[in-house]
Amino acid sequence: MKNKKNTQSIKTFFKILGYLKIYRIHFILSLIFTAITVALTLYVPILVGNAIDLALGKGAVDIDGIAAILVKIGVAVVITAILQWIINVLNNRMTYGIVKNIRHEAFVKIQSFPISYVDKNRTGDIVSRVITDVDQFADGLLLGFTQFFNGIMTIVGTLIFMLMINVPITLIVVFLTPLSFFVASFIAKKTYSMFKLQSEIRSEQTTLVDEMISGHKLVLAFNYEDNAKESFDEVNGRLGKASLKAIFFSSLVNPSTRFVNSTVYALVALAGALLCINNPDFISIGMLSSFLAYSTQYTKPFNEISGVVTELQNSIACAERVFTLIEAPTLTEAQEFEDKKFKGDIEFKNVCFSYSPDKKLIDNFNLKVSTGQRVAIVGPTGCGKTTLINLLMRFYDVDSGEILLDGKNINDISRHTLRNSFGMVLQDTWLCAGTIRENIAFGNPDATDEEVKAAAKAAHAHSFIRRLPNGYDTVIGEDGGALSQGQKQLLCIARVILCLPEMLILDEATSSIDTRTEIRIQKAFATMMQGRTSFIVAHRLSTIIEADKILVMKDGNVIEQGTHKELLAKGGFYTELYNSQFAKLDN
Amino acid sequence: MKPLLKFFKGYRVESVLAPLFKCLEAIFELLVPLCVTRIIDVGIKHNDTKTVFTMCGVMMALAVIGLVCAISAQYFSARAAVGVSTKIRSALFSKIQSFSYSDTDKLGTSTLITRMTGDVNAVQTGINMFLRLFMRSPFIVFGAMIMAFTIDVPLALIFAVTIPLLAIIVFGIMLTSIPIFKRSQARLDKVLGKVRGNYNGTRVVRAFNKEADEIEDFDKKNEHLTKIQVFAGRISALMNPLTYVIINFAVIILIKLGALNVQTGNITQGELVALYNYMSQILVELIKLASLIITLNKAQASAHRVSSILNMETEEIKHAQTEKADDDSSVKFDGVCFGYSTSGDHAINNVSFTAKRGQTVGIIGGTGSGKSTLINLIPRFYQATEGDVFINGKHASLYSKEELCDMVAIVPQKAQLFKGTVRSNLTLGNDVSDDELWEALSAAQAKEFVLEKEGLDTEVAQNGSNFSGGQKQRLTIARALVKKPQILILDDAASALDYATEARLRAAVCSLDYSPTLFIVSQRTSSILHADLILVLDDGEVVGSGTHEQLLDSCEVYRDIYRSQFPEEVTM
Repeated sequence: MKNKKNTQSIKTFFKILGYLKIYRIHFILSLIFTAITVALTLYVPILVGNAIDLALGKGAVDIDGIAAILVKIGVAVVITAILQWIINVLNNRMTYGIVKNIRHEAFVKIQSFPISYVDKNRTGDIVSRVITDVDQFADGLLLGFTQFFNGIMTIVGTLIFMLMINVPITLIVVFLTPLSFFVASFIAKKTYSMFKLQSEIRSEQTTLVDEMISGHKLVLAFNYEDNAKESFDEVNGRLGKASLKAIFFSSLVNPSTRFVNSTVYALVALAGALLCINNPDFISIGMLSSFLAYSTQYTKPFNEISGVVTELQNSIACAERVFTLIEAPTLTEAQEFEDKKFKGDIEFKNVCFSYSPDKKLIDNFNLKVSTGQRVAIVGPTGCGKTTLINLLMRFYDVDSGEILLDGKNINDISRHTLRNSFGMVLQDTWLCAGTIRENIAFGNPDATDEEVKAAAKAAHAHSFIRRLPNGYDTVIGEDGGALSQGQKQLLCIARVILCLPEMLILDEATSSIDTRTEIRIQKAFATMMQGRTSFIVAHRLSTIIEADKILVMKDGNVIEQGTHKELLAKGGFYTELYNSQFAKLDN
Repeated sequence: MKPLLKFFKGYRVESVLAPLFKCLEAIFELLVPLCVTRIIDVGIKHNDTKTVFTMCGVMMALAVIGLVCAISAQYFSARAAVGVSTKIRSALFSKIQSFSYSDTDKLGTSTLITRMTGDVNAVQTGINMFLRLFMRSPFIVFGAMIMAFTIDVPLALIFAVTIPLLAIIVFGIMLTSIPIFKRSQARLDKVLGKVRGNYNGTRVVRAFNKEADEIEDFDKKNEHLTKIQVFAGRISALMNPLTYVIINFAVIILIKLGALNVQTGNITQGELVALYNYMSQILVELIKLASLIITLNKAQASAHRVSSILNMETEEIKHAQTEKADDDSSVKFDGVCFGYSTSGDHAINNVSFTAKRGQTVGIIGGTGSGKSTLINLIPRFYQATEGDVFINGKHASLYSKEELCDMVAIVPQKAQLFKGTVRSNLTLGNDVSDDELWEALSAAQAKEFVLEKEGLDTEVAQNGSNFSGGQKQRLTIARALVKKPQILILDDAASALDYATEARLRAAVCSLDYSPTLFIVSQRTSSILHADLILVLDDGEVVGSGTHEQLLDSCEVYRDIYRSQFPEEVTM
């Protein structure tokens, strides 16, 4: 189990390295410059020492010699400073660049998730992975870059200087210091799971916040504030506890390694002093004091590195969550074939489908629609009307049977080509954050202003758009802001009118629009649908009376089909539905 | 930042102890060199192994004490940081809950989410680091300066010049980068908004084959963010090199002048070494500080964003001038006007009507005619900008928000469910018996499908995504019925239901034993045909009111609407 976790972390680490590849020049330059700055930083104290050695006492000061050394120090310092700045900038570029690339990749990935994945995974969780986790990961990475290599270089540098002074005592230092590494990695191992837990609870909290904020109006309407607060505080409390644990235990690394180092320091002092007493030729006082100075220089990076280890822990935990997202299974795409225009002959052949294997929804469904026909689907709520649309657009794929478009199985047509040939208006209106104009031109960004206006007029949205503060340039928020459902639906309709594909799907497209406007829109639709195969899902029977074929669905099956007149004549389920709409009229 | 200080209440002790222990640790650290001096001066020079052992023992003891201090400091700072940020998060959540409809319309969801998550996290890290290191660094810096003064006053003046210079650089960089970090957080908001919007609209994006454009737009926002982050980083990156240069030039001056002083015999070589050591100590501290500055800058910027939410003025409640209306009226509007703050025109203009108790009021009108706005004025979700709203004969502003919520149940257009179970969605935390729940479900025509699933304990996914649109609407209606409100408002709440189901629903609601005053907002004339009072809205104004028959007779707009739905009847 433990091993598995470790290999998982190692795998993640290598994946991160993979992202580093494009920045290898930055990376190498950063390494070289770090080496130079470390060497210079270690060299400056030696120069200072030399300068001080030239100032022995009253009347015994070599002013000229000192001045020469001071110039050297000045040059070294300026070079170091410039290189340091360049290193910082390079590291910044690398880190933010990698983060950008990871975010990009995650976003691209989201575009090809199966709809079933999207239906199952909550927005808050995805957002938390793409935003917070990537951010945390970046922080860790930045600290890692700036401190890790610097630390290693300092260790190597001081080691060389120490070896030059005295070999046996250097060995003591070298053998004892790794102790702090053991301590650090011991703590790191223990805290890893705490960080992961923290990340998980955090994502749970984001989800809750997302839900409560998007449902804010409802929360207010039902005086639900206290309950919302209660469940928030519960998660918040848990997060607090998990964070405290993770932060506290991980912050033990620094004091513990410092303790180990202090011990090393004391032991070196002891060993050095005893050696010096017994054998003054072996090590001099001056050597011992510079040795002690270097041994702190040497151990300090170990502290920093262990601090970095904690940070990296956290960032690897976050990176893992991001990678799970990036590596989630995506749709396999059929061979993209020639950008073909379809005529619009559609056939459902023995189609079976269900969302969950234990509950059959659509069972052995058959339907033939020829080019230009208008098909209306009616039936009680939950009977599978929308599911048919989901299958037709390949949001979901059939379990068995096939759907043919112009005689070709739609599974053999790329989703891109397939969806290009459908225009769709859904009941669930979705608008993107942006101006009204951008929203209308969503499917056809190259449309001219006149075309946009013409579409809006056809959708009867023009008059309300004109009344908005900035007309077509009014910016609407992510959820459509203060627009009413009906207004949003009008925009969605304008959106489809503007791109006008070969086939149309209207899924309760006018459910929130008043009937007066609806009738006018119907006229626009009628012109639009001329010669186009179209599917209309509706419960307002008045809107489908003129369809060429009406399918009456119940429990996933078509129980009646025919034209309005035929169905009424039959006196079946359709008649019942139809009468219920006009029931009050009979009184 | 200041408004956040109050959250330290309850963590004052921790916030004081953490830096205190940190300083103690620093003092013990400063004692170590003294031990070494004794080892050299006494132990080695006089071949005194006993002193060597004692001093090494003392050093070990100092290390142990240092460890204890450090761990205590870490513990207290972690406690304070986590505790304070947990409180901030909780306060933010409460604050957001207290926002009115207009407030949330203005702000948008994404930014609220980043502020509650990312920004509070940044504040937490900031506090933690601040408590641990920010006291320690000045402590050592000033300590070193004081030590320098004890050696030689003129030479120590170099310290007195260097330290303010360093302070200017440290704070200067901090102050310039805070606004940049703020801007970078704002751009992060945009990236988050993009991800959220895209994910929520997956179906539409795919249907329009817009994946590539969405990616392009995302990349633009992402690039925008990265640019400012790199820019901010470039400024923070100045910190380390600049302080390094300043300190080392101070060292050069120190040695130059020091050497002259040694020449004249003013100070000894050893004292020069000591002065140099103190300068180095300052450098070491500053390097630590520099890595902290980035974190603190971010925390500062985030703290601003958090407190700007906490300080937001929520809409003020206006008080009534007229108190009483007729006694038997349930809802009375008198010359009510309302305008959304975002657009100039009134959404509702001069509306007056009276609904008696137990009556059914139908509201009909074109898309965007102000129907929803009108009914949102009843439970005071929006406040009338002019005119008065009376409920049960009392001015609406005289009720507390809770009282109004208890009396009025509103079922909004957009059916929204919370993650949980059917039961938790219906009770919303109140104590309600199962019988009452089933009663409400059956009136809302939802009993059948709830039974088909797993009854009251059926799981509800986030946003109710495992229910169809019509099912969600019926559940939200049931939720309103559970409250047994005096005033029930259905805001086009049955739009996804087929006519048969809707007719049954309407009949069931009309025959409820506590006979609430019922408002039905609808596009369908059939839904409001039998209402006692029908209000016809057009562009925010009432263009007709009365019963169905009266309106057919007198109201052009109503006739139009009716004709559009029942073409045969009217033309006949």
